[in-house]
Amino acid sequence: MNALLVVEDVHKRYGKEEVLKGVSFQLEKGETKVIIGPSGTGKSTLLRCINRLTEPDRGRVWLDGVEVTSPKTNINSIRAQIGFVFQDFNLFTHLTALENVRLGPMRVLGMKKTDATELAREELARVGLADKANAYPAELSGGQQQRVSIARALAMNPKLILFDEPTSALDPELIGEVLEVMIQLAKEGMTMVVVTHEMGFARSVADEIIFMEKGVIVEQGPPAQLFSSPKHPRTAEFLRKITELYGGEG
Amino acid sequence: MEFFRQLWEVGTYLPMLLRASTVNLELLGALLVIGFLMGTLVALLQVYGGRLLGTVAYVYEWVFRSVPALVLLFLFYFGPSEFGWYISPFLAASLALGLRSSAYQSQIFRGAIQAIPTGQMLAARALGMSRVRAILHVILPQAFRLAIPGWSNEFSSVVKDTTLAYVVSLNEIMRYAKIIMDRRYELAMASFIMVALVFLFFTYSGNWLLGQMERRFRIPGLQMPGASSTVL
Amino acid sequence: MTAFYFEWSFLPKLAQGLVLTVEITAACIAFGFVLGVLLALGRVYGRKLISLPCSIYIHFFRGTPLLTQLFIVYFGLPNWGIHLSAFTSGILALGLNTAAYQAEYFRGAIQAVKGGQMLAARSLGMSRIQAIRYVILPQAFRIVIPSWSNELILMLKYSSIVFSISLLDLMGMGKRIAARHFNYFEVFIVVALFYLVLVFVLSQSLRWLERRVRVPGLGAPGLR
Repeated sequence: MNALLVVEDVHKRYGKEEVLKGVSFQLEKGETKVIIGPSGTGKSTLLRCINRLTEPDRGRVWLDGVEVTSPKTNINSIRAQIGFVFQDFNLFTHLTALENVRLGPMRVLGMKKTDATELAREELARVGLADKANAYPAELSGGQQQRVSIARALAMNPKLILFDEPTSALDPELIGEVLEVMIQLAKEGMTMVVVTHEMGFARSVADEIIFMEKGVIVEQGPPAQLFSSPKHPRTAEFLRKITELYGGEG
Repeated sequence: MEFFRQLWEVGTYLPMLLRASTVNLELLGALLVIGFLMGTLVALLQVYGGRLLGTVAYVYEWVFRSVPALVLLFLFYFGPSEFGWYISPFLAASLALGLRSSAYQSQIFRGAIQAIPTGQMLAARALGMSRVRAILHVILPQAFRLAIPGWSNEFSSVVKDTTLAYVVSLNEIMRYAKIIMDRRYELAMASFIMVALVFLFFTYSGNWLLGQMERRFRIPGLQMPGASSTVL
Repeated sequence: MTAFYFEWSFLPKLAQGLVLTVEITAACIAFGFVLGVLLALGRVYGRKLISLPCSIYIHFFRGTPLLTQLFIVYFGLPNWGIHLSAFTSGILALGLNTAAYQAEYFRGAIQAVKGGQMLAARSLGMSRIQAIRYVILPQAFRIVIPSWSNELILMLKYSSIVFSISLLDLMGMGKRIAARHFNYFEVFIVVALFYLVLVFVLSQSLRWLERRVRVPGLGAPGLR
């Protein structure tokens, strides 16, 4: 398998409800895939199954040839290679921005404190928050917190980054600064899977868009094709509704 | 094991231990009543008393919360005899533990009174009620309901404190257990474990009872701020 | 009316007792802290095999009187061949007791740390233990400070119970002086004053500690 990430037939059930009904896709290095779809269709669950923050009931996942879902795999070392950005940011409340970013490199990658600190400063500068290094999460706006959380993921030098609705919890005027960082990352060749409602972002940045509904992938394809001539009627309907709500270009 | 045989032997003393424990329960009742009455008074003084009385009330609370129960027990038991008055261990313990509890209870009641929206008092006065009437008929009924959870905590801790009266020679359960031990040294562990079990029973039945009371007196919408509304 | 009898020579002896009180309190709190954290972690993160004994322990030591626990350790253990000094018994009994209460406070604090924190830590590749150590506990310790301070002050007062096994702490020393000179009232008024000062100093120090480790955005839920 040459693909960086392979997701094969993943199923997940919560009680009586089956949230993921057999989802498969692949991701090449440097690709950006965006997953769209109505709320509650299992998009977030899918992301969490990739790094097993949620355990899939069935199905397998490979990262760079290593089977993530195998019981023999050291899941911690896999997770260290996959960055994850949460909708609620989940910054460590008791640490400053700088300390948040350097914790992973120090404690998981075993870097020395001085090296980790320098790395953290670089990553914070990369997301435009060099001057907020000593601020606590509570002192930062939502957009700033999310950018710190991206820096935190970047500091681990991950092979790919998963974004779980990164802007859904933000006030509208703060969304832009986060999307900007993500667009820059995509341009620099970072491999990304992004779950989002931001159609403008999807359209301009995605190499491929995956449309999910009711736990299955309905359609996937390059943005140009999906937006202008979707094959599936449900895709068309969803895109129509979404552009009505959020506006054409996003 | 040997221990269970000893436990069985101590079992023969159980009726006497239980009889002695009624003294603990009587003390519990007495100190809770004293604590309740004084606690309400102190809380009212703190909230409505004005600067002088309020300060006195706060100092009272601070003193009785900071001085250990055992010191209070000694002061109330040995103190009067120095001045020529005799005081029974039971009365001394009731006063010492009761006034101490009043300090904790006053904190609970004060919190409850302050949690009642100011509009309640305003409405009562607007109807023409005097301050005293308003407190009696509008504030306190609500405050006491709000106070039930906090009061249950105080109750739980105070049940166990009745054993402290041991140090002023009250013939309660711990003293009796010690007598068993003095008589039959090898039964020491068993008899104190027995006392512990008796108190576990007291603690759990007490909590259960208070839980029932809380349910009975619950009024929808009347809650301490921050309390969840899930029924436990 | 008997005359007021108090000698200044009593004060150094009482001060000696005070030192022992502080020692015993510090020792039992430290013991209770370590054991309490372990019990709390056992209850929150442990499997049934671990969390159940922890629960039983906590229920027993919170549901029974301290005096009973003290006598179980000092008078009861010899029945099982374990003979401890009064000093050790006092610290052990007080320590076991406070551990149960501290465990409950820690458990509440750990559960007050938002679930997302653990997720984020794991997503970085931290093991459970690393996450607990670097993310959960640092936050839980800040959240627990008000209840923990309360427990510390409570233990300072309850430490007086060790006089009943003949230890000469502040309470024990006071009793010895008073018994010799029959001036319980005077002596214990002074003892009460000693405790008042101790409690005051301790609560001010704890308030300072809380301010010192405060982090914006992290406090006990419901705290102003």
